[in-house]
Amino acid sequence: MALTLVFVEHHDGELQKGSLGVLGKAIALGGEVAGVVLGASQEVAAAAATYGAAVYACDDTALAAPLPQPRVDALEALVTETGAETVLFAASVLAADVAAGLAARLGAGLNWDLTDLRLEGGDLVGTRPALGDTVVVDVAWKGTPRIGLVRAGTFEPAEPTGGAEVRPFASAFQDFSSQAQLIERTHEESSGPSIEDADVIVAGGRGLGRAENFSLCEALAKTLGGAVAATRAVVDAGWYPYSAQVGQTGKSVSPRLYIACGISGAIQHKVGMQSSGTIVAINKDPNAPIFDFADLGVVGDVEQILPKLTELLQARGA
Amino acid sequence: MKVAVCVKHVPDATAQKRLDPTSFCLDRSGEGALNATDLNAIEEALRIKDAHGGEVVVVTLGPAKAADSLRKALAMGADRSILVTDDAAAGSDLLATTSVLAKVLEREAPDLTLFGQASSDGDGAVLWAAVADRLRRPLISQVATLRVEPAAVTGKRQTEFGYDTITAALPAVVAVSDAINEPRYPSLKGIMGAKSKPQEVLSLADLALDAGESGDAGSRTQVVAAAPPAPKAGRVRIDDDGSAAEKIVAYLAERKLA
Amino acid sequence: MRRKPAGVRPADFAPSFAAADAISAPTDPAAERIEVGVLIVGGGPGGLACAIRLGQLLEEHPEVAERLGDVPVAVVEKGKQPGSHLLSGAVVNPRSLRKLFGERLSMEDIPTYGQVPGEAVYMLTRGSAFRIPPPPPMRNHGNWILSLSQLGRFLGEQAEGVGAAILPETSAEKLLVEHGRVVGIRTGDKGRGRDGQPLPNFEAASDIVAKTTVLAEGTQGHLTAAAMEHFGLHGRNRQVWALGVKEVWRVPRPLRRIVHTMGWPLRKSARFGEFGGSFVYPMGDDHVSVGFVVGLEYRDIELSAHDLLQEFKTHPKIQRILAGGERVGWGAKTITEGGFLSLPSRLNAPGLALVGEGAGLVNVPRLKGVHYAIESGLLAAEAIFRSFQPGEAHTRVGALDSYDKSLRESYVWKELRAVRNMRQVFDKGFFVGGALASGMIVSKGHLPPKDFSTEPNAAATLIRTGRAAKYPPSDGKFTFDKLSSVFASGNRTRDDQPNHLVVRRTVPRDLAEMWAWMCPAQVYEVGNDRGDGTVSVNVTPANCVQCGAISAKGGRLTPPEGGSGPEYTLT
Repeated sequence: MALTLVFVEHHDGELQKGSLGVLGKAIALGGEVAGVVLGASQEVAAAAATYGAAVYACDDTALAAPLPQPRVDALEALVTETGAETVLFAASVLAADVAAGLAARLGAGLNWDLTDLRLEGGDLVGTRPALGDTVVVDVAWKGTPRIGLVRAGTFEPAEPTGGAEVRPFASAFQDFSSQAQLIERTHEESSGPSIEDADVIVAGGRGLGRAENFSLCEALAKTLGGAVAATRAVVDAGWYPYSAQVGQTGKSVSPRLYIACGISGAIQHKVGMQSSGTIVAINKDPNAPIFDFADLGVVGDVEQILPKLTELLQARGA
Repeated sequence: MKVAVCVKHVPDATAQKRLDPTSFCLDRSGEGALNATDLNAIEEALRIKDAHGGEVVVVTLGPAKAADSLRKALAMGADRSILVTDDAAAGSDLLATTSVLAKVLEREAPDLTLFGQASSDGDGAVLWAAVADRLRRPLISQVATLRVEPAAVTGKRQTEFGYDTITAALPAVVAVSDAINEPRYPSLKGIMGAKSKPQEVLSLADLALDAGESGDAGSRTQVVAAAPPAPKAGRVRIDDDGSAAEKIVAYLAERKLA
Repeated sequence: MRRKPAGVRPADFAPSFAAADAISAPTDPAAERIEVGVLIVGGGPGGLACAIRLGQLLEEHPEVAERLGDVPVAVVEKGKQPGSHLLSGAVVNPRSLRKLFGERLSMEDIPTYGQVPGEAVYMLTRGSAFRIPPPPPMRNHGNWILSLSQLGRFLGEQAEGVGAAILPETSAEKLLVEHGRVVGIRTGDKGRGRDGQPLPNFEAASDIVAKTTVLAEGTQGHLTAAAMEHFGLHGRNRQVWALGVKEVWRVPRPLRRIVHTMGWPLRKSARFGEFGGSFVYPMGDDHVSVGFVVGLEYRDIELSAHDLLQEFKTHPKIQRILAGGERVGWGAKTITEGGFLSLPSRLNAPGLALVGEGAGLVNVPRLKGVHYAIESGLLAAEAIFRSFQPGEAHTRVGALDSYDKSLRESYVWKELRAVRNMRQVFDKGFFVGGALASGMIVSKGHLPPKDFSTEPNAAATLIRTGRAAKYPPSDGKFTFDKLSSVFASGNRTRDDQPNHLVVRRTVPRDLAEMWAWMCPAQVYEVGNDRGDGTVSVNVTPANCVQCGAISAKGGRLTPPEGGSGPEYTLT
């Protein structure tokens, strides 16, 4: 199989796990694989080359800022030079724009939100959940090059194995690619992640019993570095702000871990969180519908369980 | 300033959605509506027009019924609409859709092209980047605050790593996030006036596009199978006997979730 | 815990709501008012038939159209589009649809599921079914099966095609009356928060002023009720309603006839006041519509039309029809049931005409009203058109009397008169009522000699019989709970808007429980016990599918923000 390139994203000198995970997956699929590191120091490129594949690197100053369009130029140059047939990305704000721009540039097919990749008769096939994760479709590419954008957090990165080759390359840049410029980058402190961005969500429903018990959810969320969400019923009752409402008429979330505390799991709530990675439900009512779709269902009293859970996790230094 | 807004007519969020069993395309025969996050892009365009004057044009590629969604944009205050509809364009993927929209936008030559955050029918929230590349225009995506000057736009956005402020020379392509504004309700006068605003309907031939550049023929990806998701392995159920907290911790630890 | 013996009458706990609250003079400065010629409130079959007929006449007579201004005909609709809030069986008599479209369209051009292929009526008991010959009023040969929400969308397009302006997502909050004459409506505000405070995208209400206003609001019309009060239009009996809940199923095997049932799971004794039945209609080869209707004069605290439908589906006869299928739609709506004796004394007032179900034009024994709505809308359109003829003044008192006259001369009036006591006699219990009703059919309405009266639904004293124990549990596949049903109605109302349901928030426990069981959309829940036999009532207005049952049973449904409520597509 011809060359597969994997876009390895980095930030502040740190390689991004998601893109290393895709790199590992590409290596596992077989064939020739190389990483691509753009706009990074030699050290970063060398670090990327410890994950089992050679790395192409371009450190042109046009690539200094984390903007997509110069990256499209560089990748176009590299695909042309190497004859690569596949370019894979791990989804991020930056990578999505690069992948789509590259698809337009190369006249290539782009499949996105992939949750798996496999070879079928030598052809690459991706899987993508659709219709709110109620269907899984197999997606293919007609001809090459193929571009794939993998859902964030899908593949765990392998451990570094030792150095491989770093191959510097040069690229020309389009005039329009430099017409967007980063003028400032700041890190604004917030009290924790927003529920849309959080990896972990601790959500409370009417089964908490009273508004004050949301403090139990807050303590657990803080321990796990997560955010607190609420059902419509408790938002209606004034227990928690509307901005935290998850469900049909609130926000849709898909964290890696969703801990539902005292939530019955009505469809109106389910449609806002069913694509979460792992769902843990704690509810007194053994017939609550949430137990039909929770990965771990605990029939029990949230008032008893939550403080203990928080304490145990704190002790583990989670 | 001339602002174009690319919008999408999507199956109603409440409609029972299904994939066509033979083509695996989303069955779009049911109720449809204007994609919710496109309202933010329309609102932003109208605010730019309020501040700077000019014109707001809404553009879509879709079924004939997409005219209803465009009508809603006109009722909110957009000046005119362009609907590209053609049987040959059905099933267009990112690339094929990009070709069609780029053609319309080349013809319209707006100062600013806006997109909404993502469509609710499962498309990848990446179309703007492909269109910007095809138009050879600078791009800013995920914009939560936007400042427009005569020759440039400056957008602030949140990424995984912080807040970026990016400036781009006009003409440019900007995708806004749904945090940028609160879309207005169409006023009654707006609703009544919408019907008489210019509503252009174009075929692929009108745009001098070959059938090979759109629809299935112009697509470089395909859906080859659809199935219900595999049941999640190992659904665990426990009754609290006083050790539930420990069991939850063990469960999370095993899955590297804590 | 001890309870007082049942004896609560919902009517004794009516909230403070006066017709005058829904009537006002125009308040917008004259330059800001929206002016239209004829304003039609409600995009259902009655309102849209009126708009279509007016459009046809104005196309033929541009000189009259000119007198009506820039926007000769406008229709305001509270749903997202015409049809969004329409729900019916529906088996429709095509007579008035044919008249409306004449040569322009045939029944084949209208979205239907074809003519009734055959029919059967069953008397049910738990577990068995006895086929009985269809009583004459229930015979449906030559009638057409359709989805009323689909017909609404179609009629909306037709109305727009003949020049009507459709204003969707617009609620009609007040009837504008000036110098004793209706001059239009005031719409509702949009973009208010839960406590009524304006949100950043607040859009203020508008006065829409019109030369003539047609109220075609359907069941439980907010402005219709106010207009009847204000202009003293009440008929002999107060209006009464039934509540219907229906589901649409995709099924593997076609149903080849329409089915009606009587009896189980309702109870026969007059003591319970349970009058109603079911319908199962095919919608093409792969869908069926299954619904259950119960009169709102019922007394049992635990009666739930939604759960009766679930129970009904478990009957072997019905289970066979639905087996292997999948529920694809759900909805609920009240049906106006008072019949002839509850009709308004007049259907017009200065500047105003009442059409369709809102005016009470429903034939209960025939289970039909769509054709009456269309006929009345059409006749109102013709009368309104006459009032704008050269030499006629639409402002003349009695300018619309020709509408009442033509309706009284129409088949609608004749048919309603013939069955005028049919509904009321069932207050006497199923079998006595059945005998009287048969006598009436045979004698074409001349028996019994005396006209019966009805008491308002909210006057029925509540009883408790442990009824809920019989409802089947919901399994999410064949039987469903209320919340997942609300989801299936397409309802995704904005949560943080003001409450539009006017009920007392502290009431006897029996009444709160009755509301909780009655409401098919789980809007009402029993709250804290106050320790004195009363409880607080928790209200979740965003669940509301605007069926109107609360207005019949001691509360009042007012219009929420335009665009709220269900999005029916198959009902």
